[in-house]
Amino acid sequence: MTPRTQRPAIVFTGLTLILAGLLPAPALGQVTFERLVNAADEPHNWLTYSGTYASLRHSTLSQVTRANVADLELKWVFQAQRALNFQATPLVVDGIMYLTQPPNDVVALDARTGRVFWVYEHAPSRGGGSNRGLAIHGDTLLMGTVDAMLVAVDAKSGGPLWRVQVADPALAYSIRHAPLVVKDTVIVGTSGGDQGVRGFLAAYDVRTGDEIWRFYTIPAPGEPGSETWEPCTPDLPACDPDAWMHGGGAVWLTGSYDPETNLTFWGVGNPGPNYSYYQRPGDNLYASSVVALDADTGELAWHFQFTPGDRYDYDALQIPVLVDLDIGGTTVKAMLWANRNGFFYILDRVTGRFLRGQAFSRVNWASGLDDSGRPIQTPQGPNAPTYPGKQGATNWYSPSYSPRTGLLYLSTWENYATIFDSAAVEYAPGQLYTGSRNRSLVKGVPEPPEVGRGHINTWTKEVGSGAVIAYDPLTGETVWKWETFDVINSGVLTTATDLVFVGSREGYFQALDAHTGEVLWRAITGGNTLAAPISYEVNGQQLVAVASGHSLFVFGLRSP
Amino acid sequence: MAYPARAYHLLSVLAAALTVAGGLPVVFAQQGGGYERADIERGAQLYDAFCSNCHGAEGDGVGNVNLQAGQFRQASTDQNFRRILTRGIPGTAMPPGDYDDGELLAIIAYVRNMRDYDGGVVTLGDADRGRVVFEGKGDCMRCHRVAGAGSRLAPDLTAIGAIRGAGSMRETLIDPSGSMLPFNKPLRVVTRDGETVTGRRLNEDTYMLQLLDEEERLRSFDKTDLRELTVLTTSPMPSYAETLTETELADLLAYLVTLKGL
Repeated sequence: MTPRTQRPAIVFTGLTLILAGLLPAPALGQVTFERLVNAADEPHNWLTYSGTYASLRHSTLSQVTRANVADLELKWVFQAQRALNFQATPLVVDGIMYLTQPPNDVVALDARTGRVFWVYEHAPSRGGGSNRGLAIHGDTLLMGTVDAMLVAVDAKSGGPLWRVQVADPALAYSIRHAPLVVKDTVIVGTSGGDQGVRGFLAAYDVRTGDEIWRFYTIPAPGEPGSETWEPCTPDLPACDPDAWMHGGGAVWLTGSYDPETNLTFWGVGNPGPNYSYYQRPGDNLYASSVVALDADTGELAWHFQFTPGDRYDYDALQIPVLVDLDIGGTTVKAMLWANRNGFFYILDRVTGRFLRGQAFSRVNWASGLDDSGRPIQTPQGPNAPTYPGKQGATNWYSPSYSPRTGLLYLSTWENYATIFDSAAVEYAPGQLYTGSRNRSLVKGVPEPPEVGRGHINTWTKEVGSGAVIAYDPLTGETVWKWETFDVINSGVLTTATDLVFVGSREGYFQALDAHTGEVLWRAITGGNTLAAPISYEVNGQQLVAVASGHSLFVFGLRSP
Repeated sequence: MAYPARAYHLLSVLAAALTVAGGLPVVFAQQGGGYERADIERGAQLYDAFCSNCHGAEGDGVGNVNLQAGQFRQASTDQNFRRILTRGIPGTAMPPGDYDDGELLAIIAYVRNMRDYDGGVVTLGDADRGRVVFEGKGDCMRCHRVAGAGSRLAPDLTAIGAIRGAGSMRETLIDPSGSMLPFNKPLRVVTRDGETVTGRRLNEDTYMLQLLDEEERLRSFDKTDLRELTVLTTSPMPSYAETLTETELADLLAYLVTLKGL
């Protein structure tokens, strides 16, 4: 276990609050809200999906450096019992790792050795895909399930504490992301946006599972935003006057939280149907937007829509990255967002105001952004390729922001397009509701699939490739680009020693120089990395963990 | 009306025989395995709407599943296929679906025929004569291989009839370079030692390249050891537009579509 004496600041913070009478004394090791707020002060742990509420996915541990990273070696491996790809980021709390094993089990491991303490198994009644992680509050682990439940599990025994059915899985509702704990509530959002759900975010009491608030990402008639689901007109014979009922707006990824404003920020997915936009005229709020909600009430503070009337399935399924930036001599409480639609945005996270933005990838569906950040849309003609393609210039892959370099690091798909086409589709409960008649750019060659690939790759750059880019939010410049032959789905981790850790579809895990993109070290995982790395420390050793393929790999410096 | 599969096959053979004898075209896609053409067409629309998002337009978007090639783990019969479409496959991304009977029939009809669906109007001749062309005048085995016989220089054709439609195969025979799929383009590499190797790409990633060289050796290269890596745009395969007659081409295609794997 990590000696507490190594982190006197944490003890001091906790003691201060307890002595001040603000908190009941937590049991040893309990993860309090204050610890979550100050997660950056305990870099030996990884307490939330993205590391901290600001979601920088940046570790301030400094044992592994650019000079010694070549000495990293494999310390342990955890192999899942089912042949499904991991998509999860683990949590690490004082020497214990909590991991979700696909599709939906919780595993507690010794973070030093990988030996298992216990497994909590959840057998989903239906639903596909894999879970992306956990949240923790006190000694309670919180997990959403692919059959749309929220489950509370005791962190010491692995025993169930409570579970609630958040939504009906028969309608294709599911929960894929790691929940977010704020104070004594746990917030989750629903997936199913490709099957015509009406998405929502909801907060539950972490002790009882009682619902505290709910925010529908698609407003009902009469509610603010409903005016963007415009009435049908005679020139739109396929238009659905009740389109909002199946309007999508899924929540695929964990949001962020700003303790100073008590706002929590969440990306909202595509409107439904995904591609046959003429069935749902209008901008279709709050689809393909970020929403800022009061964490206590779920009340909407502001929203910003990246892709109005989204006809490309661009979603807005990224991690909101919260940083304070010096813009023109003024410190701005900003939010960084490299969107699937190929544009990068800086928003004022207090007001939602658009500050600046530009394309970070090849884009032709819009010629640019106007002064309010609204895209100037330029739909391409029939049979013409649209850049980026339907999987986007980036996607759910966690970016990382390094306060040291001031750069945002993210995985992107390059030179990738789709020939978009659609047909009206009738809603059927639980069924795909996309209207897709899309085609690949190259006849006879499929588009790179969203997540899957076998061991053989004979694709070429004619249908797309991958890259990690280092992006300067203030100048809009790509400082460097590290290209991969295959497309890429891996999240990114940066460290205080200017390292960038990233996986790939190709079965490699590598460390790049944050200043140049040079590959300083790589290991073979042999699997497709669909998750994001983390770093933590146990017994004085910094470790780097990444789930790849069916296993979790943990690396540390070679013992002297 | 729908014919029983065996009867339909016999009708197709008869039609093919009549075609060669009378010079009439056969609509290849009519060989639907007992499914109505209208069902196949409707199934194509349903597939685009409900299946192609994951499985891709060519049916190979999901790892280890190639719908065109008939690589189904659990859908060897239509009854099993219907169960998968309605119940999904637990533990995988394959979701359950709420299709009516007509939709189920249509999707199955299309998937069972998707490799031929884009075949359009292609004239098929006599498969036995086509084999003679393949092994003789066409000299195909100088580069290709079928069931262990022939060269490994070009793609193995043992199952080509299960993964390619007759229309696209005819395109390749007429215009090999113009219709060459990106992943079939030959490569030429020059190592830092000055060795030049031309071959067929078997696999590639950011750091490595695996190919079969012209000596039929499996070669693996670190890209850092290469001075040059060039994707060639001209196919080594000759066009048969002038060297084979229309009848020989039809015979050759008829043989190729019989190659369904071992």
